[in-house]
Amino acid sequence: MTTLQATTRSYVAHEYPLWRRLLLTRETAIIAVLVAVVFYSIGNVENFDGPLTLTYLLLDTAPILLIALPMTLVIVTGEIDLSVASVVGLSSVLLGVLFEAGYSIPVAALVAVLAGVACGALNGFLVAYVGLPSLAVTIGTLALFRGVAAGLVGTKAVTGFDDRWTDLATAKIGATGVPVVMILFVVLAIAFAFLLHFTSFGRGVFDIGLNSEAAHFTGVPVERTKLILFVLSGAVSALAGVYFTLRFGSARGDNATGMELQVIAAVLLGGVSIFGGRGRLHGVIAGVLLIGVISSALRLEGVTVNVTNIIIGLLLVASVMTPSVLAALSGLASRRNNRGPSPSSAPVGVGTQER
Amino acid sequence: MKFHSKRATAFSALLLSGAMVLTACGGDSESADGGDGGSSSEAVSITMLPKNLGNPYFDTSTKGAKAAATDLGDDLEEVGPETASPDAQVQYINTAAQQGVGALIVSANDPTAICDALNEARDAGTKVVTFDSDTDPECRDLFINQATAEGIAKVQLELIAEQIGGSGEIAILSASANATNQNAWIKMMESELESNPDYADIELVDTVYGDDDDQKSFDETAALLQSHPDLKGIISPTTVGISAAARYLSDSDKKGKVMLTGLGTPNQMREYVKDGTVTAFALWNPEDLGALATYAADALATGEINGDPGDKFQAGDLGEYTVEEDNSVLLGDPFVFDESNIDDFDF
Repeated sequence: MTTLQATTRSYVAHEYPLWRRLLLTRETAIIAVLVAVVFYSIGNVENFDGPLTLTYLLLDTAPILLIALPMTLVIVTGEIDLSVASVVGLSSVLLGVLFEAGYSIPVAALVAVLAGVACGALNGFLVAYVGLPSLAVTIGTLALFRGVAAGLVGTKAVTGFDDRWTDLATAKIGATGVPVVMILFVVLAIAFAFLLHFTSFGRGVFDIGLNSEAAHFTGVPVERTKLILFVLSGAVSALAGVYFTLRFGSARGDNATGMELQVIAAVLLGGVSIFGGRGRLHGVIAGVLLIGVISSALRLEGVTVNVTNIIIGLLLVASVMTPSVLAALSGLASRRNNRGPSPSSAPVGVGTQER
Repeated sequence: MKFHSKRATAFSALLLSGAMVLTACGGDSESADGGDGGSSSEAVSITMLPKNLGNPYFDTSTKGAKAAATDLGDDLEEVGPETASPDAQVQYINTAAQQGVGALIVSANDPTAICDALNEARDAGTKVVTFDSDTDPECRDLFINQATAEGIAKVQLELIAEQIGGSGEIAILSASANATNQNAWIKMMESELESNPDYADIELVDTVYGDDDDQKSFDETAALLQSHPDLKGIISPTTVGISAAARYLSDSDKKGKVMLTGLGTPNQMREYVKDGTVTAFALWNPEDLGALATYAADALATGEINGDPGDKFQAGDLGEYTVEEDNSVLLGDPFVFDESNIDDFDF
């Protein structure tokens, strides 16, 4: 790790003052863009300042916000979980089937979440202990879980859930317009932020993403960590599935199809490196909200979904590309200026941005 | 390295916000006139929300709706998701509620899932008209029904009776064995065959199920023709079935000898009508359906009707319509497509 003087523990990143380290980050950039887009939309997009906007925005993005939490940790380890949307579908269907069989919603929801845990455990076992690449494993389970979900209900939908529970899924906190589901999200977000940024487990997650072998030799339980993360991913996805089902009052096998890509796009936009080792939860949350706000504003403008997708896609590509392009450009400029080896390009391995 | 990439990040943030401001700007100027039009006294702002965009069937219904909106002087905007999923549709219903449009015309991807969203929009003063696929009746003001089960059963029997000359063996190639719509139609056709003296010489010898799967329907057609050598006609009340059966017949020696009719779409059936495999088939006209939904939406939004049974409204060239039980309006008898008119349609 330290190609610098091993004795002084000097990290390039820590040579700058604190305010600078806090402000000039990708996360801050995404938050700034989010704030800019929100203010622009309030000023220029008709009806965006209406009372319903915030409610609908949060209701729509809640499942993505929820799943993005464990997904961040999974991607920070350098793995990926493509099966999350299928777990949402499966948990949705289980909730519906059990409800139809006469179980109460809490019992059915509990079983659905346990099924999510089992799905995650399967992914985690295959990735961590069998050693298969997560991309391949979760593409497989993406099809598998979705297939089971579709098989359980076929093409029909289970409806007629208790109003008490469906109302709760769309209920708002007092007169604020903020949906109740946000309480669940905030609790989980705090828990995941604590886990990732303030525990040794979280340090281990970053270590695995930077160099899995080195992490192993420094005593990080690589397999167990990965297994736990996939289980968390399955459990939270199933929870999101319960919310999704109750919000729409309809349990269908095709619920949330394609949501995994929305989640992963938001996580990457939020500054998490797809190669692992880098990322912060507040950036991810801002990334999810940014995509939500852009889609919402463009829908209000009557822009078709294809155009919205193009804009979000370009934004994603630009956000992934520009830092490295600009870094290469300024590296070129500094080489021209002071001939000698630029200090910025010397310590390979300390900075993770290059990956 | 840190230094440069941080400066780079800040710069990229600036760049991105700039790009976004520009895109948002472009969108804004486009919608400005639409918003103004909606707020004026007479013109009603209508949002048309099909199951998904890029679907030729709904492109045709939107074409009819736009023509009707032009006729009425209303502003009609079509929005919709890429894939026919209820959750994506809810976002567009919410958007319509935020915009406070006068009326929303929707083809539901799920009868229940979009209910709450529709009711929230109605609470905000938007009139909701469903067409093609209904929601639960308490979630909308009117349903524009494309055809009744009786009408569909009747037209298919009339077509096959005419094509086989009023006597002989016929069979039905349906969707899956538990398809609700198809089973209702088949039941009505069976009882009509029994009771109507016009069909005394027609015998229904078999009902097979292609599961709305192209290959299975194709194979079932082949099996039908083998097990019933005297078969004179096939009715396939599903678009997948009729095109698969037509594909089989057009390459077999039974072409022109075994008649085929049912419910199909012009684009699927065009080549088989042209090559003589199929004489005529039925469906409703989505263009008329979209137009009728628009006239109904306008009548609701302007307060001309409440959507109660017995209410009457004028639907341009389509004539006068009356709201029936369950707050629905029936488009009329199914539309028969044959060689003379099939080229007028593209869906």
